Amino acid sequence: MRNLGFLLSLAAFAVLILAALLAPLIAPYLPSEPVHAPYAAPGDGGLLGADSLGRDMFSRILYGLRYTLGISLTVAVLAACAGVSLAFLAAFRRGWTDILLGRLVDAIMSVPQIIFALVVLAVAGVSLTTLILTMAVLEATLFYRVIRPVAADIVAMDYVEVARLRGEGLGWYLRREILPNAAPTLIAEFGIRIAYAVLFISGLSFLGVGVQPPAADLGGLVRENALAISVGQLSPLAPAACIALITLSVNGIVDWFIHKYSIRAELG
Amino acid sequence: MRDFIVSRGISGAVSLFIVTLLVFAGTALLPGDAASALLGQNATPEALEAIRRNLGLDQPLIWRYLAWVGHAAQGDFGQSLASGRPVAEVLLPRLGNSLLLASVAAVLLLPFAIGGGIAAAIWQDSWFDRVLGFTSMLFLAMPAFLVGYILIYVLAVRLGWFPSMSVAPLFGGASAWAKILALPVISLVIIGQAHTMKLTRTAILAVLATDYVLMAEVKGISRRRIILRHALPNALSAILSISILTVAYLIVDVVVIEIVFSYPGLGKLMVDSVAYRDLTVVQACGLLFALIFIGMNFLADLLALLVNPRQRVPARGA
Repeated sequence: MRNLGFLLSLAAFAVLILAALLAPLIAPYLPSEPVHAPYAAPGDGGLLGADSLGRDMFSRILYGLRYTLGISLTVAVLAACAGVSLAFLAAFRRGWTDILLGRLVDAIMSVPQIIFALVVLAVAGVSLTTLILTMAVLEATLFYRVIRPVAADIVAMDYVEVARLRGEGLGWYLRREILPNAAPTLIAEFGIRIAYAVLFISGLSFLGVGVQPPAADLGGLVRENALAISVGQLSPLAPAACIALITLSVNGIVDWFIHKYSIRAELG
Repeated sequence: MRDFIVSRGISGAVSLFIVTLLVFAGTALLPGDAASALLGQNATPEALEAIRRNLGLDQPLIWRYLAWVGHAAQGDFGQSLASGRPVAEVLLPRLGNSLLLASVAAVLLLPFAIGGGIAAAIWQDSWFDRVLGFTSMLFLAMPAFLVGYILIYVLAVRLGWFPSMSVAPLFGGASAWAKILALPVISLVIIGQAHTMKLTRTAILAVLATDYVLMAEVKGISRRRIILRHALPNALSAILSISILTVAYLIVDVVVIEIVFSYPGLGKLMVDSVAYRDLTVVQACGLLFALIFIGMNFLADLLALLVNPRQRVPARGA
C-alpha cells in the first residue's frame, strides 16, 4: 500500500517536473498570447479553456508550474543551507550564539508565517528576490528547529570527539562526520519543506503579493481566474488542483522515505 | 508552577518584543519610507520633508520606536496612510468580523474533529481510521483557497444555496449574517479539522500505549471503561492545548478564506493594505495577529498546566 502510494507519488512528481522543464515544447500556445475567445470553455478553446483575456489555460498552467516549482525548490535549498549551518554553528559554539539564535528563531516562529511575509513584503515591495529571500528566512527557522537537536546529539557523539581529538578542523567534521549522520532527517525535512513552500508561494500569489502579473504561478492563476468560478467555470480549479497534486506527491515520497528509514534504524 | 508560568510569560514577552522590533525595523530601515510610499515617486523634496516631519520621521530611531510601541500599547496605531483615518478605527470592526468568523468555525470544528480523532485512535487501523487518515492527508495537501472555491462552485453556483461573496449586510440581522458566514465557516472547518484530528489521534494513541493502560487491559477492564476512565482524563491536557492551537491556526487560515469570499475581516484588510502599501495599517494588523497568536500559545501552555498536575513540577520529582 505504501509502496503503491510511493510509486504513484514518484510518477506524478516526475511528470510535474518534466512538464515544468519542457513547458516551451509541450505548451500549444504562448502563455501571454490571447488565442481563444475570452472565457472559452474547455474543448472550444484548448484543453482547459481560456481565461478572461482568451489566453490558453493549459499553456499558462505549464508555465505557472515553472514558477511554483522553481521558487519552491530555490527557497527550500536556500533555507536548508542557512538553517542547517546555523543549527550546527549553535550546537558547536553553544553559549551566546546558541541563545541569541534560539531566541530569534523562536520570535520569528511565534508569528504566523503568512502574516510575517505580508508585513515584510509590504515594506520591501514585492519582487522575485524579496519573495524568495523572505520565504527562505522563514523556512530556515523551521530547518533550524528540527536540525538543532540532531546537531547537538551528533556533536556529543564519540566519533566526533575522536575527530576533534585528532585535530580535524570544523569544516572537515561537518562534511565527513556530521552531515552523513544527519542526512536522513535532513532529507525528510527537505521534502516536507518543499511541499510547504509550494503551499506558501501559492498562498502569497493568491493573495496578490507573490509572483506579479503578467507572469503567473499556479496560485496567481487561481487569483486571476477566480471570478470565472462565480459564472460556473471550473478553470480556476485546475491550477489549484495542480498545487494539491504537487504537495500530495511530495508528501507521498517523504512518507515512504521516513518509513523506510525508520525500519532500517530498527533493524540496525 | 508559578515559576513555569512566569518563565513562559517571559518567553512570550521576549518574542513579542522581538516581533515589535522586526515590524518596526521593517518600516524604518528599508529604503523608501512611509513618506515616499505616501506621495509616490513624483513627490517634491519639500513635500517629502513636510510629511516626514508630520509623521515624526525626522526623530531618532529609538525615540520613534518607543513612541510607536507606547502608542500601540494604548491602542493608538497612528493614521492610515491611505485614508487618513485613525488605524484603530479602521481595525476594530474588522477584528470583530474576523473573530466572529473564527469562533463560529471553532465551535463547529472542535467537537467534530476531536471526536473524530478519538474515534480514529480507539479503532486504530480500522476502515474508519484509514478513511479519516486518507481524507486528512488530502485536505492537508490542498491550498485553503481550493477548498473555498470548490464549495463556491458546488454550494453557491450549482446548488444556489448560499451567496458566493460576502456582501456586507451591515444591519441585516442574524439570518443575513448566517448566510454570509456559512461558506467561509464551512471552508474553515474543512481546512482546520484535518490537523486537529490528526493531533488528537496521536495524543490518544500515546496515552493508550502507556503502561497503566496495558495494566488496566491485563486486569480485564472493559475497553470502554479504559478509554473513558483511564485514557481520556490523561489525554485531556493535550486535547486542550490542541484546541487552543486550532483556534490560533484558524485565525491565520482566516486570511486566505476572507480573500476567497471577500469577507470584510482583519485578514482582508491587511492584504488590501499591503496592495496600497498602507504601512501603518499593515504594521498594526501584523502586530495584532502576532499578539493573538502568541497569546493563544501562552494560553495553551497555561491550560495544559492547570489540567495536568504532573506538569506543574517539571524540574523536581523525576
